Amino acid sequence: MKIAIASGKGGTGKTTVAVNFVLSIENVQLFDCDVEEPNCHLFLGFNLEKVEDINILTPVVDKTKCDFCGKCSEFCQFNAIAVLPEDVLVFPALCHGCGGCAMVCPKDAIVYENRSIGIIEKSKGGNIEFYRGVLNIGEAMASPVIKALKKHVDESKTAIFDAPPGTACPVISSVQGADYCILVTESTPFGFHDLLLALDVLRKLEIPFGIIINRCDIGDDRVEKYCDTEGIPVLMKIPHDRKIARLYSEGIPFVNRMPEWKVKFVQLLDKIQAQI
Amino acid sequence: MKELTVISGKGGTGKTTIAAALVSLAENAVIADCDVDAADMHLILQPEIIETIDFSGLKVASIDETLCIKCGICKDACRFDAITNDIRIDIYGCEGCGVCAYVCPERAISMIERKAGDAYNSETRFGPMAHARLGIAEEASGLLVAVVRDNARKLAEKYDRDLIIIDGPPGTGCSVIASIAGVDMVLVVTEPSVSGIHDLERILDVADHFNIPAVVCINKYDINEKNSLIIEEYCKDRGIEVVGKLPYDDAPTKAMIQEMTVIEYSDGEFSNKVKNIWENVREKLT
Ligand code: SF4
Ligand code: SF4
Repeated sequence: MKIAIASGKGGTGKTTVAVNFVLSIENVQLFDCDVEEPNCHLFLGFNLEKVEDINILTPVVDKTKCDFCGKCSEFCQFNAIAVLPEDVLVFPALCHGCGGCAMVCPKDAIVYENRSIGIIEKSKGGNIEFYRGVLNIGEAMASPVIKALKKHVDESKTAIFDAPPGTACPVISSVQGADYCILVTESTPFGFHDLLLALDVLRKLEIPFGIIINRCDIGDDRVEKYCDTEGIPVLMKIPHDRKIARLYSEGIPFVNRMPEWKVKFVQLLDKIQAQI
Repeated sequence: MKELTVISGKGGTGKTTIAAALVSLAENAVIADCDVDAADMHLILQPEIIETIDFSGLKVASIDETLCIKCGICKDACRFDAITNDIRIDIYGCEGCGVCAYVCPERAISMIERKAGDAYNSETRFGPMAHARLGIAEEASGLLVAVVRDNARKLAEKYDRDLIIIDGPPGTGCSVIASIAGVDMVLVVTEPSVSGIHDLERILDVADHFNIPAVVCINKYDINEKNSLIIEEYCKDRGIEVVGKLPYDDAPTKAMIQEMTVIEYSDGEFSNKVKNIWENVREKLT
């Protein structure tokens, strides 16, 4: 079973939930899909080893063959290739690697070369199988890294995807294909507003979901009221506890110091299984 | 005209709270909410929308079933696995590159426009504001950010404003790059947790990569003072100024519930420290 953990608003506790969840259940894989700012490893303390480079095929133009007709630049939907009267410029960071420019080139002047935009890493040892993707600094496209990361899912295990914040393409790439999605929110105006956006995404992708309210005693009761009227299950509530906040700031998963929470995370898995 | 972007790397560090507070302190600014896929600034600023502009992002492939012979050539050509085995377009996977339409021998595929959101020009109690709403599950957030920034510049010209304060998105990818490209300075809001420190390092690398001067503000510094010291040391080593440290306080949440900036809500310690940050940042920008 594949379970994604998402939120809409950033900083609501996705990573906290993901890490404590995997530490409480058996036979599990954790995927850090927040490839722009991956944080799970900070709490797990594993040594990481590189599994693969994520490459995008980027065009290289042979200027001895090119007659500057401009067909490639006309084709490119991403403005990644510009043709001047006597030169061709490629902007690698804009290129999606679709391969179209070489197809339309009448002079066969375009070939492709691999350009690394990020890497996939894996934990060495440890009792949890952990994978993360890291997008290189200055690179724009997170989705290819996330898609490659998720190819490491072992269907015989419970796979947890820690998604990035927001509702745009990196989030879609992270939650797509999941059997269930946990939305972690806080009951503040920002938290609630962004939760509604995230719910729209899941409804559109037809992924079943439930909610965890983090720091449930700050803000007000708008999230619970909403879940009540909409019949959305509230799977867990985590109080605003200075001890939890402190452990988080130090990079310590709270179930390690507050083992009573492990039971709750096991129950969380049961609740999800019962729902789907 | 100057542009300042408030970013954070990590989400939830208080970026929007601080950006909104700065907006209420700045006298002659335009506001741009570039966190387009989870925009929150409007919840505090309650903008009155003056103009709505359709945003169409990238096109999407569409197959005419009556012409398609299911040869599968398009499926093999699509580098994004956006064509299913039964030759249908997965609209969430399609990047709109047009390769399938080009290779289809039956000309059964066309590329169609799709509305991907709205951009707004608005009026707020603190001045003009450019913002947007990305459609649900849409791509192209970077493009929409570019539209919002463009609108903000036009508003600044129209109303003779000399500063644009941009609320940026979390992360380091496409919409962040679009939010900081070419601005005069970024203010990075971080928090003293191991995640905050890690994400700060990466976002400062991004600012460096694009040659943009950065200053840092540590929010909730008293949650872990040891980590706050580590951040200060780290910034010193990189030659980056920490322009302020804000205490943990429930005023921002309470202000948010009242739809106010923290400056409007209270004149306590938190607000005073934000005022100092603003003085500091304004000086650096001029
Ligand atoms: S491969 Fe596609 S995206 Fe890249 S330059 Fe060529 S046409 Fe543009
Ligand atoms: S337009 Fe490009 S991404 Fe979309 S289905 Fe066709 S080949 Fe694939």
